[in-house]
Amino acid sequence: MRNHQGTRTQHITIKEVEHAAALSKIELTDEEKAELTEQLNRVLDYFHNIDQIDLTGVPPTHHVIELVNVFRKDSPQKTLPHSKVLSNASKVEGSFFKAPRIV
Amino acid sequence: MTEPYELTASEIARLVASGQAMAEECVESVIERIHEVESKVHAYITIDEEEARRKAKQIDERIREKKPVGRLAGILVAVKDNMCTQGIRTTCSSRMLENFTPPYDATVVERVKRADGIVIGKTNMDEFAMGSSTETSHFGPTYNPWDLTRVPGGSSGGSAAAVIDGEAIVALGSDTGGSVRCPASFCSTVGLKPTYGLVSRYGLIAYANSLEQIGPITKTVEDCAVLLSVIAGNDERDCTTANLGILDYLSRLHEPVSEVRVGVVRELFGEGTQEGVSKSVWKGVDMMGEFTAGCEEVSLPSLDYSLPAYYLIAMSEASSNLARYDGLRYGYRSPSESLDWADTYSRTRKDGFGTEVKRRIILGSFALSAGYYDRYYLKALQVRTLIRRDFEKALDKFDVLVGPTMPLPPFKVGEKIKDPLGLYMCDVDTVPVNLAGLPAISIPCGFVDALPIGMQIIGRHFAEELILRVAYNFEKSCHLEHRSPPLR
Amino acid sequence: MHCQLTNLKTKLFCSCPSDYRGKEPNTTVCPTCLGIPGTLPRPNEKALEDAIMVAIALSSHISNETTFYRKNYYYPDMSKNFQISQYDGGGGVPIATSGAISVEADGTRVTTRIRRLQLEEDPAKLVHLGAIDTSPYTLVDYNRAGIALLEIVTEPDLKSPREARLFLQKLRSILEHLGVSDGSLEGAMRCDANISLAGGARTEVKNISSFKEVERALSFEIMRQKSLLARGLKVGQETRHWDEARRVTLTLRTKEEEQDYRYFPEPDLTPMQIQADTVEDIRRRMPELPDTRKERFTKQYGLLPSSAEVLTSDKALADFFEKCVLLYKEARQIGNWITSDLLRCLHSQGLEIGESKITPDNLTEMLRMIDWGQISGKIAKKILPEMVATGSSPRDVARRHGLVRISEREILETIVESIFQEFPEAVKDASRDEKAIHYLVGQLMRKTEGKADPQLANRLIREKLQNRVQ
Repeated sequence: MRNHQGTRTQHITIKEVEHAAALSKIELTDEEKAELTEQLNRVLDYFHNIDQIDLTGVPPTHHVIELVNVFRKDSPQKTLPHSKVLSNASKVEGSFFKAPRIV
Repeated sequence: MTEPYELTASEIARLVASGQAMAEECVESVIERIHEVESKVHAYITIDEEEARRKAKQIDERIREKKPVGRLAGILVAVKDNMCTQGIRTTCSSRMLENFTPPYDATVVERVKRADGIVIGKTNMDEFAMGSSTETSHFGPTYNPWDLTRVPGGSSGGSAAAVIDGEAIVALGSDTGGSVRCPASFCSTVGLKPTYGLVSRYGLIAYANSLEQIGPITKTVEDCAVLLSVIAGNDERDCTTANLGILDYLSRLHEPVSEVRVGVVRELFGEGTQEGVSKSVWKGVDMMGEFTAGCEEVSLPSLDYSLPAYYLIAMSEASSNLARYDGLRYGYRSPSESLDWADTYSRTRKDGFGTEVKRRIILGSFALSAGYYDRYYLKALQVRTLIRRDFEKALDKFDVLVGPTMPLPPFKVGEKIKDPLGLYMCDVDTVPVNLAGLPAISIPCGFVDALPIGMQIIGRHFAEELILRVAYNFEKSCHLEHRSPPLR
Repeated sequence: MHCQLTNLKTKLFCSCPSDYRGKEPNTTVCPTCLGIPGTLPRPNEKALEDAIMVAIALSSHISNETTFYRKNYYYPDMSKNFQISQYDGGGGVPIATSGAISVEADGTRVTTRIRRLQLEEDPAKLVHLGAIDTSPYTLVDYNRAGIALLEIVTEPDLKSPREARLFLQKLRSILEHLGVSDGSLEGAMRCDANISLAGGARTEVKNISSFKEVERALSFEIMRQKSLLARGLKVGQETRHWDEARRVTLTLRTKEEEQDYRYFPEPDLTPMQIQADTVEDIRRRMPELPDTRKERFTKQYGLLPSSAEVLTSDKALADFFEKCVLLYKEARQIGNWITSDLLRCLHSQGLEIGESKITPDNLTEMLRMIDWGQISGKIAKKILPEMVATGSSPRDVARRHGLVRISEREILETIVESIFQEFPEAVKDASRDEKAIHYLVGQLMRKTEGKADPQLANRLIREKLQNRVQ
């Protein structure tokens, strides 16, 4: 999508890429940020094809099959054996998972 | 002399159950074949030979004692490495889960085991199922057994390669935007994506959960029907599975389909479809015309917008589904602990995920974010409605719809990986089906320059029985059943 | 407010037992509530029933169709780094909206409107070494992760910490009467508060771990904001953390971006359609609500509305009252004793009725002892605190302190004798002046340290005076 000056519209700025990366908890180098901004703009440019269709009054589809009210009974079942709970964690203290500090 | 590894699942099941062949022989044959070609193809991430041998021994013993065995007895099943297998590491081809060992089996794995299927190993895939070529795997790509310089398709490339080159008898893959059908097409196997809600996703490590389904990748249509029968059906552990009662995909499989009306979808032959593909598939369509009620062109205009809609939905869901990978409970964790939790998470995810995964997560977060949700995510869901409606209309007039599975034959390794958008565009023929939740099967349709071409048959919701029957008839008339690559 | 549905047997989205308190960390967990890859949520049908019942009790509008949404954010207490919750924006519809709770207190009626009511899952528990902002690492226990929470959000109708306290008390009473939540369990009822003063921005205070803490947290925050405004400083719009140990609100110096939760409907769960006859069925089966019980107390037991309100504002207290009534038929008296002296004792000892040791048997025995003249009302007030603290019977406590009323004639007669000798003027005046008689009775009470049966004392003195005259 090119604007009237013939240059590509920026769908996402580098600041927005930084913000999206922060929301995603993914650290990026400056180089990665620049490259990603360029790539995402190309991709979004193509995605903006959907602006061409008329979507007035079209409801969104959240679920593709019409199931409703699927529930489970309130009855307890076996828990995971404690040995298996912590076995995949890299940092453990006693029976706890060990996370980094909050602040 | 046909080696056991070259046989179909149906053939092996018959031979083993009747005592004419031993499960142990079949296992040894496949293991030997793996030793022969795996170093060239790289279909697997994890192989468990000892367990396979042990299982086979058990089966043979039960047969000797005239005890009943399941319908997959003696059959080696390769499982894509995004389905949890208890005690066997499950990596999603990612550094993030390189050492993750699930404490439980996926429902489909449980069902395969209950039917006495022998899980031989976990197959290579695009990292977290994001890709169409199996090139984004952290453990290196899988190569197409038909031409080792080319990709096998993705993201279930390892599964398809293993089936076609004899490293497994059948395989399970997952299909979010074509990830079963694409490699099936590129490797000349049969691959089926079931109706959304037919097969349980419990144990399938999620990429885009409103789009994906687990499906069989097999040498023949009959094998596909057998494996589907084993894995399909309601599961109380997955609230999105339908309650359909008894499912029968086999008893009518060989019946004719002369009453079936076939619609040929114009948009699936759109711009970007290579000439060779077009020619090959049209030839297939002509053949189909001979044993059905006839083929007629039909247009589904909203399909032209399916790629953006698919990717926006898939990436948005992925950004949420992959949020759990923070190194705290399982998976890769950044060793630098002087940081607070937020920075540790960000460092962990920076190092644990590959480039394509990071790209999709970030774009997905953006598409859901405040101020952009309406413009991207919501719009995509609206386009999805239009696509559903177009399919509904078409499947009212026709019983099945057909078209190419992929717009091109298998491309060279490294050719498209630098161009994300170019790679995304390869999914143009497969994604509409996921958006509508319909079942679709890809079957070998011919070769162009010695490279496999696949045709796609799409049906109504829960009409797997019909599309399998059409596919079976096609397979018979094409005489393409289990042609395999000359790989040594 | 976040109220755990403590009466459910399992968590909200998995079948782990919900009884996690006091258990070894990370033992009431399964792959689903741990967020292990490949797992899927399965909603507890009783949780929805309980939520509907609360919605009815809060006179809210119950939605025909409601869905679960994902609230996406990262934190060490999140097993999936998204919470399955509900949303009332962008097409999302929570279980119920537009309700209200009214409380009568000191003659005034305080009505608080409810904006919405929804179900969501509880995060895990974090354990710090010392305070949250100085702990070098964090320990995580997922036993609580996935427990069913009912989130209830009010409109900004509350005008003071006192109103907030009354409101929360009533809410707790309603939830306990319905049998869906036990507020006495640690962490069962928590809340976040939004506070703004005229001239200042709105701050959110999180981590108020119990309804009891609310008044304290609100009072602190109001004071903090007032002092900033008084000094001409701005009150920033921010989220603050209530530190229960230090009794202050803090800004956590985390690098939290302005939260963008990127809500979208949970693809792994189906929408929930709530039929009108389901709601009717639940309404019919509902236990007695506090307001109905209050009405019944005034009619059935002849209590004053104010007494009935106090009793029914705390289910355990109301239950205690009704148990007493089975043992002693003067309901009004019981009511009076509970709403005044007993409550006072409990407050001064910082206990809820359920935490104290006093039993209905004890209280009613005390009342009978008063009836039989074994102790006076004054003595009863004296022994009540120990009854509350130790659970001893009134007889034992009174005996232990030698407070049992002296009602033996011989003993009192001797003392009357000594008083008559000590106060001859009063004896002389007594024939003309009632006040002198009272004075003598008073002296008898003083000499017996209040233990003398006042009626008997009165009679004996008058008898003796009579005999004198003769």
